[in-house]
Amino acid sequence: MKRLSIFNVTSLTLGFTFLYLPMVLLVIYSFNESKLVTVWAGFSTKWYGELLRDEAFLSAAWITLEVAIISSTFATILGTMAAYVLVNSGRFFGRTLFSGMIYAPLVMPEVITGLSLLLLFIGIGLDRGVLTIVLAHTTFSMCFVSVVVSSRLVSFDRSLEEAALDLGCNRFDAFRLVTLPIIAPAVISGWLLAFTLSLDDLVIASFVSGPSSTTLPIKIWSAVRLGVSPEINALSTLMIGIVTVGVISASLVSKRNSVRAQRDAQAAERGA
Amino acid sequence: MSTTVFAPWDDPNAKPLIRFKNVTKRFGEFVAIDDLTQDIYEREFFALLGPSGCGKTTMMRMLAGFESVSEGTIELAGQDIANVPPNQRAVNMMFQSYALFPHLSVYDNIAFGLKRDKMPKDKIDARVSEMLKLTRLEKFARRKPHQISGGQRQRVALARSLAKGPKLLLLDEPLGALDKKLRQDTQFELMDIQETTGTTFVIVTHDQEEAMTVASRVAVMDEGRIIQVATPSGIYETPNSVYVADFIGDVNIISGTAQAAKKGQYYVDWGVNQAPILATSERPFSEGQECHLAIRPEKISITKEKPEEAENAVEGKVLDIAYLGNLSTYHVELPGGQIIKAQTANTRRLSRRDITWEDSVWIRWNATAGVLLAE
Repeated sequence: MKRLSIFNVTSLTLGFTFLYLPMVLLVIYSFNESKLVTVWAGFSTKWYGELLRDEAFLSAAWITLEVAIISSTFATILGTMAAYVLVNSGRFFGRTLFSGMIYAPLVMPEVITGLSLLLLFIGIGLDRGVLTIVLAHTTFSMCFVSVVVSSRLVSFDRSLEEAALDLGCNRFDAFRLVTLPIIAPAVISGWLLAFTLSLDDLVIASFVSGPSSTTLPIKIWSAVRLGVSPEINALSTLMIGIVTVGVISASLVSKRNSVRAQRDAQAAERGA
Repeated sequence: MSTTVFAPWDDPNAKPLIRFKNVTKRFGEFVAIDDLTQDIYEREFFALLGPSGCGKTTMMRMLAGFESVSEGTIELAGQDIANVPPNQRAVNMMFQSYALFPHLSVYDNIAFGLKRDKMPKDKIDARVSEMLKLTRLEKFARRKPHQISGGQRQRVALARSLAKGPKLLLLDEPLGALDKKLRQDTQFELMDIQETTGTTFVIVTHDQEEAMTVASRVAVMDEGRIIQVATPSGIYETPNSVYVADFIGDVNIISGTAQAAKKGQYYVDWGVNQAPILATSERPFSEGQECHLAIRPEKISITKEKPEEAENAVEGKVLDIAYLGNLSTYHVELPGGQIIKAQTANTRRLSRRDITWEDSVWIRWNATAGVLLAE
């Protein structure tokens, strides 16, 4: 193993400290006995218990999850459709304009997206609630899905779809039976991306949410404005835990797949 | 017992399976296929041969239904197929990249088309087993495409495209991805399978050796037109133009002007201070008409001494010798500067070869050895 030079060790330490120190502090203080966030008074898990008894937090968490699952599913369907059309339809009038318009919301300030959606919902007389948050999240996260899926579709071998047509599929069956299973990993990561975007969105949700539909980020934000409680630390620690487990298991799965594919390819060459 | 020669194209009563009638295909300004008319018969192994961009792939894709026809009609078994989508044509295609579905096993790849036809399960099983047996893939039925070798993938692609029992099978550069040795074996396998199944095959290739080996007829294409259609031997022995002669195999072209000799024979005036060449031609040439004599290197013999009683003999100097193991090709420079290739089989060991570089030699050939071409 190569020894690290002093310079490398220093930059590594600084970088990771910068990234993770705040989170480590947050996790440590979630186990604090004291009600004061900045004073350590011994180890305890009582704030986790408090959290589970807090009706307001639980309902916010439930709404957030509901919104995230529904909106990311719709965003995935719409985003995949958009990506498919833009990648496969070849040149048509206004193609550059359309693909530009798909990607524009990525760089649009969230405040503007939120405000314009709010104006729309008021304009058409839609009461603000879970439905409006779902619509808003679908709108802004489908662009991200579309980017992820179209980058996969660009390298997709079109002759696979032609082969499916040749063997008796209509267009829809060819997509369902051949294209979709092959691009499924990209579609799934698009869904996960949309899911996380929806999960931690504060700005847009605060524009379009109603009194009965507070999401978790809004709840945390408003709770913190009244003073940070250790309960928030506990909640955040749980969220960090969930995200970490998700990311690690996803990367393990993809790593295992690539190792297996490599082994199979080698075996095929030997057996040839 | 006499075997009848398979040649439906010579039979005026034979009904073609495929008819291209004045087909033109344009991509914007570019004309890919230019007013092309061609019949292809049942059970034929028809090769489309040409350099890249000559329109051979476009022709195939029009047959499969992936490209529309700009003008003219294509008939399959007497029916115009212009408005028949690819999934309803009794035509299957084997793709150059094989286009095997990576998420399905070999078995499911082959069964894919049968399942689309809503065939009962036991019949699918029987048909897939038959295909696996035909292509010797029984052992690999459960493997995924990335778990088998290139040659096996090629056979899966073939089995999949044959599974539905198409009237016509299109093969797009089917052996392009295989190495030379495997390619040669596979060529014979393809011919066997074509014969066993009785399917009409149309193959697209840029490899002339491959086309000559497998095909019953070869169509040589250039710039959207078919230049010549004939059996492999016909294409090789009696090309109809310098383009075809030059495209297929090695050839020497001697250009000059024609002068009538005896009936069916002409003298070709080809160089200053050189005796005219005597050549046979079934095509008539007028007095003084420009002509090109195409002779294959293996039809020219090379000797150190001046041959007696040769119809055509020219003296020259050995410029280069290409030793190919079984054959040697001599590049002989004639006094006018033209280089003629002469090929001999190495029936004796190399150490006993008596012709070497810079030697003065005589090359000779018969009047019937070459073909006299107008263009």
